[in-house]
Formats: sequence, C-alpha cells, structure tokens
Amino acid sequence: MRPFGYRVFLALLSAILLVASAGAEDPPIRIGSKTFTESYVLGEITAQLLQNRGLSVERALGLGGTLIAWEALKSGEIDVYPEYTGTLTQAVLKQPGLTLVELRSAVAAHELNIPVLLGFNNSYAVAVATPVAQRLGLNKVSDLRAQPQLTAGFSHEFLNRGDGWQALRQTYGLPQEARGIEHALGYDALEAGQLDITDAYSTDGELAARDISLLADDLNFFPSYQAILLTRADLPTEARAIIGELDDKLSEAIMRQLNYRVAIGGESPAAVAASFLRTSGLVADATVIEATRMDRILANTATHLKLTGIALLLACVVAIPLSLVLSRYQQLSRALLYGAGLVQTIPALALLALLIPLVGLGELPAVLALFLYSLLPIVRNTLTGLFSVDPLLKEVATGMGLTDGQRLWHVELPLAVPTLLAGIKTAAIISIGTATLAAFVGAGGLGEPIITGLNLNDHRLILEGALPAAALAIIVEVMFEWLERVIVPAHLRQ
Amino acid sequence: MISLALDAASKRYPDTVALDTVSLEFPEGRITAVIGPSGCGKSTLLRLCNGLVRPDKGQVLAFGEPLRYDNLAPLRRRIGYAVQGSALFPHMSARDNISLLPRLEGWTPEAIEARIRELMALSHLAPEQLERYPHQLSGGQQQRVGLCRALVLRPDLLLLDEPFGAIDPITRRDIQHQFLELHRAEPRTTVLVTHDMPEALKLADHILVMATGRVVHSASRDDLLAQHPGEEPGALLERLLRGANP
Repeated sequence: MRPFGYRVFLALLSAILLVASAGAEDPPIRIGSKTFTESYVLGEITAQLLQNRGLSVERALGLGGTLIAWEALKSGEIDVYPEYTGTLTQAVLKQPGLTLVELRSAVAAHELNIPVLLGFNNSYAVAVATPVAQRLGLNKVSDLRAQPQLTAGFSHEFLNRGDGWQALRQTYGLPQEARGIEHALGYDALEAGQLDITDAYSTDGELAARDISLLADDLNFFPSYQAILLTRADLPTEARAIIGELDDKLSEAIMRQLNYRVAIGGESPAAVAASFLRTSGLVADATVIEATRMDRILANTATHLKLTGIALLLACVVAIPLSLVLSRYQQLSRALLYGAGLVQTIPALALLALLIPLVGLGELPAVLALFLYSLLPIVRNTLTGLFSVDPLLKEVATGMGLTDGQRLWHVELPLAVPTLLAGIKTAAIISIGTATLAAFVGAGGLGEPIITGLNLNDHRLILEGALPAAALAIIVEVMFEWLERVIVPAHLRQ
Repeated sequence: MISLALDAASKRYPDTVALDTVSLEFPEGRITAVIGPSGCGKSTLLRLCNGLVRPDKGQVLAFGEPLRYDNLAPLRRRIGYAVQGSALFPHMSARDNISLLPRLEGWTPEAIEARIRELMALSHLAPEQLERYPHQLSGGQQQRVGLCRALVLRPDLLLLDEPFGAIDPITRRDIQHQFLELHRAEPRTTVLVTHDMPEALKLADHILVMATGRVVHSASRDDLLAQHPGEEPGALLERLLRGANP
C-alpha cells in the first residue's frame, strides 16, 4: 500500500467538496414549473416579469411531476408555480367538483394562494391520428366504444391519476386496454401508427403541426383545467402585485401559439416568454440574456460533479467504516446488505418524491438519493473483499500477535482494497447516470438539458446533457483505473 | 521456570475429541517434534499453545502463567509462529512481512535493519529477495521469510506447524539444515508439528507421538535411536503407534 495513492484520492475528494461550498445571497423568489413545454413557458413568463421589475429570482423549472411541485411549494422550496384548477381538485386534493371559491379556501388551508387566473383552459383531450379518425369516422370520445381493436397508450400521470384513464374508460364504457408511454413520445407513436389513442393537452402547440385530431368530450368528462399561478401565502406583497398583472392575459390561442413556437419552432421557453411579455405590453424591453451553450455545459457538468462527488464521498465515509465494523458479525452484515439492496429497488423518481417532504427540494434530496444508491455497491464490495481474505492469513496474523484492529488495518483492509475500489467505481458510475434525475427536484446538473430536451422534443438539448454525462462516466472509469494502478500492486489487481 | 506446559488440557469438536486430557511440559531450549497421523490432534495441540484454540477443560501455561484469553496479543509476540506454505501477506514485500511486528512494537528503523540483516545471514536470504513480493519468491525462499518473520522479535518460544511440508525434498534438506543452524545460534523452546518421521528424527531433541487425541509415546531422540538401532524411521513410527493401539 503506497500512501501516495491515498493522498491523491483525498485531494481529489476535498477539491470536489470545495466546489460544493458555494456562497449564498438574499433569498430570491423561487419559480417552479413542471416538465412540459407550457409549464416551462409559464414559469419563464413569471420569472422574467419579476426580474424585469427588479426582483431577484431563482428558477427551479422542470420539477418531475405534480406531486413534487406541490410538495416543493408547501415546504417552501419554491414560492410559485403554474398549475391547473382541475389538477388540484382531482389529483392533489382529491375533491372533484370543487368550485373556484371552494378551491381557493381549500388551498388556503395549506397556506397557499391562487392570486392569478391566467385566462385559458388547458383541458385533457383524447387524441387520435387524423387518417385513423377519418377512416373510422371518429369525432367524439364515445365513437371509440365501437373500436376495441385500437391500441391506447397514455402518459404515466394520466394513466394513474384520479381523473385519468380509468375514470374516462368507465364514463364512456371504453373497451381498450392502455399502457404507459412517455408523453413526449406519444404523438410520434401516433403518427407512426404504433399507437392509435393517446392523451393530449388542448393548448398543445404541437397539435397544429401534426396530423393529429382531438376527439370531442361529448359526455363532459374532463373537468375544467383553468391555468393559474399557485403561490405560497407568504409570498411578498410586491411580488404578488407584479404577478397579478398576468391575470387573464393568456387565451388558449395565445398559449397554443407560444407552445408551438417552443415545441415546433425550436425557440427556447425563455425567448418565447420574453417575446410574449413584449408583445402583450407587460414589459417595454424584455430581452433574454441566455448563457452560451459552452457556459451551460460547463455549469451543468460542474453541478453534476458536485452532486455525485459529495454523495460518493458521504457514501464512502458511511459505508466503509460500517462494513468494517459489521464484517465481524455475519447476521448484521447480511442485514446491512439486504437494507442497501432494498434501497436500490426503489425507482429513482419515487425515492426523490419520498425525500422531498423530508428534506425539501434542490440539491439535498438529490445528494441523499445518490448517497443511498451508492451504499449498496460500496457495502457489498467492502464486505466481499473482507470475507474473501484467505482465512489462513487471518489466523496467522492473529497467531503472530496482531490485535483485531491491527489485523484489520494491516492485513484484511489492504487485501480488500481492489474489491473495495471496484465498488466505489461502480457507485460513481451509477451516480453519474442517476444524477441526471436530479433535475426533477431542481438540483440542476446534466439532467436539466436532457429532461428539458425530452419534454421540448429538442434533440440537440438532449445531447447537450447526454454527451457530457457519457464523457464523465468514461473519465471516471479511467481515473479509477489509474487510481487502482497507483494504490494496488500489480499481482493483486482484479 | 518452564516456558510452555499443558495441564490436563482437553479439546472436543462436535464429531471428534481432538485432545484428551493431555498434560506435558516442553523441554526448555529444545526442539520437540509432535508427530502422528493426520487427525491425531497434533495441530490442535500446537494451536492451544498460542491460544488460537481454547481448551474445554484443563489449562495452558506459558511462562508459568495460565493463558489470559481476553488479551493474548502481548503473549503471542513472545511466541513465534510459522505454518505450512508460509502464509506470507501477499500485499507486502518480504521485508515488510518480516518488519511488520517490530514496527508495531515501535522498534527504531536501525534496530529493525540490524535484526533483519542478522536473520538474513542465518537463513541464507539474499538482499534483493527482501524487496520482492511473496509470489516472486520460490517456495523455499517463502518458507525462509516465514521463519524470519516468526523469529524477528527474538521470541522465547517458537511454534511451527509443518513448516517444511510443501517444499521439494532437496530444498527441504537445505532449509532443515539452516533451521538447525538458526536454532544453534538462538536456542529457544520450539514445538515442531510434523507427519514426517525422518524430519522429526533429524531436527528434534525430543519426540512426542500422538494418536486419537492422546500422547502415546514421549522420548528423547537419543533414547529412541538407542532402543531401536538401525530401524527405518517410517517403520519405527509404525511400531510406536502400534504399541499404543495393540
């Protein structure tokens, strides 16, 4: 064991920590949004309006779903995000049929407010490819009743929410079975004929450019989804007054147009929001200062490294000593392995959603989730490494007069290092991949362009996150190989 | 004072009695060979001596005191221990294997260096072999390093478990010869477990023959050779074992 290797390792880790400790300033207004185009645009409009009036603003756009955004707002991680009345009554409060007045008092019980009705209704709609609709004469949802051969695929949220597919199916008596599909892929599948029915939003700009028809909701199944800004009750008065100017400023046609410009036109949500604020006369001279691509990539990569680095360091600090202590007790080691394995089976998004009520939004839940996912490979490999040390060597070490601690430090641990190192490497690479999901909780990183790109159907944006992430994984792999060469004598390498 | 003694020590495993009420004192400053067929309990007897195995009944006395099982490390450092195949630590060079214990004892680098040089001369190890990892050494060289490691702290006692078992016959003869040289240079009470009667007769001053957990014959080599002049060692061992189980 050459001490030089350890020192390099420690230096690297502390460098990562240093990057992590960034300074803090005045508490800005934090704007959230969900992960679809319209929510991004509305979030940007809100953020830019506040910025234009001189308030400091922080964006947490692209939060991974209604529940995450709602919890983030309740816990004060964000101050405002665009929402829909129907989503609140059906999916969040589970009190369908609330009037707007009742809804206002219901959210007030959560210390939240609805100060702004944006002016349009974005209802769910059932979409089919236009050629299919024409061939089968489909105009309204009840026409689907006679077409059991059609295949249905819905976004996971629509599939599972209270007012989603199951309720729609019952109301209309539909015979189709549905499977889950990523919303961003639904239209492509529809046009390619791989899918006949999917869900859509009535203000979806993309519909205009595609050969897709919406079916009329002839039984008035879908509740009203009026777009609102949902805020915390403690939002500063000044900010409340400013966002109040957005009241009734967006019609469905305007919204569809804005969505179209992002989803099809390829403009950024920020640019489209700025142009809306200008043309609607809300601001005189809104210009967007967008960071260059390289700046964005560097910033995202730095965040990504910071998140994975801290999580990995924490996991090492916890998992290695824990494994060393517990390796003496077979039963406890096994319990530790099972526990760490159990965490691994929780899907990353679910884990994040579980963590938000406990630790809020931002980097903390992301780091915690990555930390939890890193435990298993490190624990497993540390224990495997220790258990696979030749029992004869252990007995001779004891027989020579080494204490338990000396035996562990001078014999067992050095012999377990190659396996241990492989475990840390696995954890690091898993973390780099998983950390792309940090964007769902507003922690940024390379997942941000990936998720935004996926939701905006922008392949260049997806690559802007995916390529650096892949490069990072390769660099980490190479770095660990070098580290192993420095630390471990050749004949003990795996 | 007797360095090492067993007092009515018994050790039972679930399916066998490894040691059945054995009492004995090892001759001071001499090499005692413990010989017998496999499973006779000779290895258990050796491992009782440094506390790797704890007797069910009776006790082990080292330097006049019963072993204190809650804190064996200090005692074990006064008892050298080497086993078959040497069991060198593969991640350490030969030098680090030998110097581990003195480093833990807080010896100065000069003292360690002097002791290593002393042992190298006695065991015929070349300086460049010291810097090699165990896998870069021949079986015989590994065994020499293992012996040096056991002797580095100048222990009062030396326990050897078939130390020359896994080496080719020619090398074994060399090492046995060097081992005797070492013993003459630094005489200490030594217990040598072996299944090889010629080796026992060649190295040991005193022979203990074991069968099924008991010492069935105990005699000095000189007496044995005088009583059975010219007898082939293997046949002699057979006779001694038969005498125990008629």
